[in-house]
Amino acid sequence: MALLEISGLNRSFGGLHAVNNVGFSVAQGMIKGLIGPNGAGKTTLFNLISGVIAADSGSITFNGKSIYNVPPYKIAACGIMRTFQNIKLFATMTVLENVMVGVHRKSSAGFLSGLCNYPRSWNEEKRIRRNALEILDMLGIVHLASCDALGIAFGQQRYVELARALAGEPTLLLLDEPAAGLNMQETARLGETIRDIRSRGVTVLLVEHDMSLVMNVSDEINVLSFGKMIAEGKPRDIQKNPEVIKVYLGDGDA
Amino acid sequence: MNVKRYLPLFILVSLAVAVQLLVTLTGQAFYLTQLTMSAYYTIVIIGLCMLMGYAGQISLGHAGFFAIGGYVSAALTTADMTGMASGGWGRILQKTGCIITVNDIYGANICRLNPWLAFAAAVAATVIIAYCIGGPVLRLKGHYLAMATLGFGSIIYKIVLGAKIFGGADGISGVPSFTLAGRLSVNGNIDARISNYYIAWAGVALATFLMHNLVNSRAGRALRAIHGNEEAAGAMGINTARYKLNLFVLSAVFASIAGIFLTHYNGGIGPSEASVMKSVRYVAIVAVGGMANLWGAILAGIILNFLSLRGYFGSFDEAVFGSILVIMMLFAPQGLLVKPGWGIRLFAWTRKTGGGSGHGAA
Amino acid sequence: MTFDILLQYFLSGITSGSIYAIVAIGFNIIYNTTGIINFAQGEFVMLGAMIAISLSGYMPLPAAIAGAVLLTSVVGALVELLFIRWLKNPTVLRMVIITIGVSILLKEAALHIWDEKVRSLRYFSGNECSSISLFGAHVSPQVLWVLLTCAVVVVFLSLFFKHTLIGRSMRACSANRTASVLCGINAKNMVTFSFMLSAAIGALAGCVISPLTQTHYECGTPLAIKGFTVAILGGLGNSSAAVLAGLLLGIIEAASISILPVAFKDVIAISVLLAILFFRPSGLFGSKEEGRLKEF
Repeated sequence: MALLEISGLNRSFGGLHAVNNVGFSVAQGMIKGLIGPNGAGKTTLFNLISGVIAADSGSITFNGKSIYNVPPYKIAACGIMRTFQNIKLFATMTVLENVMVGVHRKSSAGFLSGLCNYPRSWNEEKRIRRNALEILDMLGIVHLASCDALGIAFGQQRYVELARALAGEPTLLLLDEPAAGLNMQETARLGETIRDIRSRGVTVLLVEHDMSLVMNVSDEINVLSFGKMIAEGKPRDIQKNPEVIKVYLGDGDA
Repeated sequence: MNVKRYLPLFILVSLAVAVQLLVTLTGQAFYLTQLTMSAYYTIVIIGLCMLMGYAGQISLGHAGFFAIGGYVSAALTTADMTGMASGGWGRILQKTGCIITVNDIYGANICRLNPWLAFAAAVAATVIIAYCIGGPVLRLKGHYLAMATLGFGSIIYKIVLGAKIFGGADGISGVPSFTLAGRLSVNGNIDARISNYYIAWAGVALATFLMHNLVNSRAGRALRAIHGNEEAAGAMGINTARYKLNLFVLSAVFASIAGIFLTHYNGGIGPSEASVMKSVRYVAIVAVGGMANLWGAILAGIILNFLSLRGYFGSFDEAVFGSILVIMMLFAPQGLLVKPGWGIRLFAWTRKTGGGSGHGAA
Repeated sequence: MTFDILLQYFLSGITSGSIYAIVAIGFNIIYNTTGIINFAQGEFVMLGAMIAISLSGYMPLPAAIAGAVLLTSVVGALVELLFIRWLKNPTVLRMVIITIGVSILLKEAALHIWDEKVRSLRYFSGNECSSISLFGAHVSPQVLWVLLTCAVVVVFLSLFFKHTLIGRSMRACSANRTASVLCGINAKNMVTFSFMLSAAIGALAGCVISPLTQTHYECGTPLAIKGFTVAILGGLGNSSAAVLAGLLLGIIEAASISILPVAFKDVIAISVLLAILFFRPSGLFGSKEEGRLKEF
């Protein structure tokens, strides 16, 4: 059984049927890419999976458990963490603190413990800090730990968001256009990082426009157009698929 | 645990002691009264500052929680329990100290409810009401939220103004002293002025200690995350609604406890403590100090409350706070003590030298 | 309960309800043009009455009322010019606090210019003892003046917004500010004008209700809360619904006196407010989408 299974998913905004009867699955340990022209419904689909918006109908199962229309914090608790297309780092916090928030689901000290600063929470705090620093180190940005999160370069902010999502030790990582705004070298490096993440046992589902990244990194690709899934398969097959070519390049009298 | 993080707290305590000695030794001990009252109001400010700064929720009804605490404990401790004392349960209640016998001003013995029980009841009432109100209110945004909290504060005001058990327009007076431990008790006696001053400021220190801990903890990080970007906070697994609600209730409890103690100190409470003007005043002070700036809020709270209580603003008292509010929001919406950078540097410094969760040098 | 008493409640209800409706319309005008909710609306009502009372010592009543309306609309313009106009992209929270602060300043100014004494404007026709018999109930003629004023305001505004250039410009501003600016409408002046208009009708309402409910420097705040309640009840921005909602609230309040002690009458309005905010912020007549607040 696949890690993430989606079937018959629908979502409309007024007259616009943004996600139209979409179904696919993501197997454990794979990197799956989701592509499609602008307005195809990729971000809506992502938001449906991560619980940001509610679906009209269909089903989403993760590890056998339904996560259909479950609030975002519960979805995170199940082991799905995500990054955002328009980076959503926490303002007024440092890079390290941002990543430490990522460890939230793997820690438990509550309000009372926070108010009174119980000694038994000190170990957990140390662990949270250590985990966060480790992840930053793994991504090569540990030197930015005490910088203000919004005060660093855009490309670096992307990595901080990635670190934050990884800090939650997710089973499934959702990446929303991670290469947006990156140059060629940064994109190539990102591709290596994603493969590295997968080698640590994290399944990855990414939405992306940058074809070089998606084709290089994905094991499988799904193509969305006008809310409908029009193709699914290995990168090389997708590249040759006439439907996909039509959707991107048009019918063209060449 | 890094003791350095508490340095500003030690400074606060030392300043409190220094002021007291100064004031007593120069024969101006009467200032202690206003300083004590300012301290209690500052506890309200501390709670509100956290709510406005970290949950981003404006509350125009916080005076309502202050009043709930004050009025419930006042009503319970001034209620005549003689009837209960003589009943079948009477003996048990008296033996366990639930009902105590005090001498009233005429020398007769009257039975009153133990102030600790009244305290517990008042805090419990506050927690229940805050949970009930907080849930729906915190789902609202912007103007609606402000109006809902204003409405809540107004309802409390109307209730304490109109209900007979709360003394109507005269409020409740003759509230007995609240014995904390041994000889320490909260009351308005002139001889106990100094000990009451320290009780009040110990309260401020405790409130600051708790909030300071919270900010630097996992829960505090979650709150700051919610404030920084609520959607992303949810995506990281934080139950934003529950955290905001808990913070709301916490700030309500702070206000309520301040109300209870101030009522015992003053020996009474009146409906003006629940008025919209009082709530607006609290918001104005937090706005001056900087909404997420704990130390700024404390400083502003002490200074402004003290000046107001000493009567420096005369009949323009309300106008002053109204102007502060407007001027702050027009020119310095992040707060005065944040703009020139001092407040934020002070605040940031206390976080930098923080222990387990501080971010210092990696 | 006899018919007379019911009628009495009804008339008392629609009297106060009319005033709430006018205040609500004032809220709606400013909200529609700017997305701001002007907490100082109640003070315009109070100022109108106070000014008229002062002026009526020197000139006949109609002139005093006209003068009060004029002066209050100048105050409205000043409020907008001083506190609102030059803000760039303020957050909603900031605007809320500013208008609350302004309402406090206006209240305190009134306290210091006049004093805390309760006053009232002269009855428009007759005096406090005159009464008209209406289907068995006895009402003061002032009640008819209130209802008439409300009707006139509603009719005038609907004509104004439909048929005059300024009115249509204001509607354009509220629908899409950028587009209206591109059409050559001076949006900033429209905002100022909306404040003036709201202040004017608030002042008129204050004058007409003053003989019945008395005026003092603090009478604006409860009116603002109730006016806001009515505005939300009808659906924020919807003025015709505001009239219905106002009458409804007025009647509920009047009827509540038979159950609750009078001291708690105001609690009814606030409870209605909280109930609406919690359960149906789009109001009785609004759609769910209109329930979302406009962007300022």
